[in-house]
Amino acid sequence: MYKFTRNTKIICICMMLFGIISLVYGFISANKNQYSDLEIRQAVKQMYNEYKSDKKKYNDDVSQSVKSKDASYDNHSGSESNEYEYASLFKKIENKFGCKLDYDKKKNAHGLEDIIYVTQHYFHVKKQRPWSSLFLSNIFFLMISLAALVWLAVQYISQSGWSVYLLRIPQAISSFLPIGGVVMVFLIITSALHWHYTFHWMDEALTYEFVDEASLDTEYPKYSHEMSEGMIDNSKFDKIITGKTSYLNIPFYLIRTFIYLLGWCIAAFLLRKFSLKEDIEGGLKWHNRMFTLSAIFIVFAAITTSTGAWDWIMSIDTHWFSTLFGWYSFASFFVSACAVIAIITIYLKYNDYLPEVNENHMHDFGRYLLAFSIFWTYTWFSQYLLIWYANIPEEVTYYVIRFEHYHILIIIALILNFVNPMLLIQDRAAKRLKGQVLFVAILILIGHYIDVYVMIMPGTVGTHWHIGLVEIGTFIGYIGLFTYVVLSSLSRVPLVQKNHPLILESKHHHI
Amino acid sequence: MSQEKIIYALYDDDHNILEAVKKIRNAGHQIHDVYSPFPIHGLDHALGLKYSRLAICSFLYGLMGFICALLLMWYIMIYDWPMDIGGKPSFSLNENLPSFIPVTFEMTVFFAAHLMVITFLVRCGLYPGSDSKSPDPRTTDDKFLMEIHTKDDDKKLKKIKDLIKKTGAIEINEKNN
Repeated sequence: MYKFTRNTKIICICMMLFGIISLVYGFISANKNQYSDLEIRQAVKQMYNEYKSDKKKYNDDVSQSVKSKDASYDNHSGSESNEYEYASLFKKIENKFGCKLDYDKKKNAHGLEDIIYVTQHYFHVKKQRPWSSLFLSNIFFLMISLAALVWLAVQYISQSGWSVYLLRIPQAISSFLPIGGVVMVFLIITSALHWHYTFHWMDEALTYEFVDEASLDTEYPKYSHEMSEGMIDNSKFDKIITGKTSYLNIPFYLIRTFIYLLGWCIAAFLLRKFSLKEDIEGGLKWHNRMFTLSAIFIVFAAITTSTGAWDWIMSIDTHWFSTLFGWYSFASFFVSACAVIAIITIYLKYNDYLPEVNENHMHDFGRYLLAFSIFWTYTWFSQYLLIWYANIPEEVTYYVIRFEHYHILIIIALILNFVNPMLLIQDRAAKRLKGQVLFVAILILIGHYIDVYVMIMPGTVGTHWHIGLVEIGTFIGYIGLFTYVVLSSLSRVPLVQKNHPLILESKHHHI
Repeated sequence: MSQEKIIYALYDDDHNILEAVKKIRNAGHQIHDVYSPFPIHGLDHALGLKYSRLAICSFLYGLMGFICALLLMWYIMIYDWPMDIGGKPSFSLNENLPSFIPVTFEMTVFFAAHLMVITFLVRCGLYPGSDSKSPDPRTTDDKFLMEIHTKDDDKKLKKIKDLIKKTGAIEINEKNN
């Protein structure tokens, strides 16, 4: 039996408190100096009209001065630097709202609707930051607990003997699934209610071709598929997203989310229940049931991890798609899960639990980490190489924003996730050292957090990304929550499945 | 100084020979080699063999292949005859690196694998036309042979032989070296 000591509990709770404080701070600072869409719309429209009338007056002056052949006046035409259209208007907007708009977006703005969109976008992104960091941490730990469950199922399907002493650990990790799932559903529902903008496609304004001109300045403009009187073209209309509505619509999306989460939670619950029954009754009956259940679960997980990755991560960059994405993101989560299982095992070893687990088991953890780190790099690079080489605009946008604004993080992630295990646990002796496996596992976990960061942030906060108190604080808070849930779940049941038929193989494991 | 003698002990079970190796080494005798038709788990440890340094060689060969591949790609694709493939005419190694990585990977594996096998064969003295080193052809079928080199006198020799007999050897032969 593992005892969840008071000190560990206090550390976990402190981490959780820190996470809550930094998240609350994030929400407060994001909502400071915040303007509603309608306010921005009205203010920008007014400024735009002033700008237009000024420009008209100015142009009249210029044409008059041309008539009077005053060449010197013509040469120094005005105070405005004509770097791009509306440069002076944007300067006024930035001064008024105290914001800093994206250069690329300003440059590509043509007309009033674009200017309003660019200005609103800044405030959406500002509001989005704490939500994104919450979403990121939640999906990271949710998918780790799922991947740990897949790891457990793999041990059963492959009839692995070496890991029998460790099977309670992935079971305990999977007990985080319901909590992560609840937060996930909360985040999806709040996104559907437009509290935040994680899933851009949930805005129904994007799927209508026409809009009632008179209602544009109200809080809820009237959109329509049909052209009728008083209707104009909807500037927000997005043909690509409209084409995807048969899959990406809120009811179906919620149904899918519930199917995934329920399926995973039921599998986690049953696997744990069967293994506890096996502890009491012994025999092969429960083992065989777990084998069957694992086989069914693996098939379910194979499908749902792919579609889940599309729904929850790939749909953030709605225009873009990649057929490899499910594997790529799951490789990331699977190697993180291996790292977490290794970290918890080593933590237990340092606290004098699991006396039967020795350097041979560490060797296998080292192999798992190395093999799946290389697998992750392989999928990452396969996805990147094909898109880079083909250079098709609709695919390449995904990497353009990442390589322009996130290149430091990509390089750090590649070093931590590929070079680090490649060099540090390649050697046989290194794989057998507890300390070294622990060090590499922690670095891999950080590296994959950064990798998932690069998956999620460009589509939600774009160029305004930070790794500050909000992101790190939320991550630390989640580590505390996750550790608390996992260790308390671990402390409730015996640490070893004593009636597992292959337990002797694990005891005498020698490589 | 007496002449060196070689004792061959034949076993018909891999478990027996593993136990025998442990016992004989515990008794303080040096075992020269063991011949077996298949790898026996734990035998290298029981024989007290040092861990192979072949892996280090392999890593260095891989590194060599990596550098060779990059140099090759740089020379043929960038320096000697710049090529515009797939609309990427930047003519620099850095910017075209992704397209060279598959080749670099293959060359790394190629160098590491082939040179490692060659190193292994050279280290074992296996080359085309070399004689078989196995003293007993039955070890290629289903028997296991232990080879002990000793310079001891007849009395001690008998002791070793008794010990071997106790461990379950089915046949013991002696040869002058």
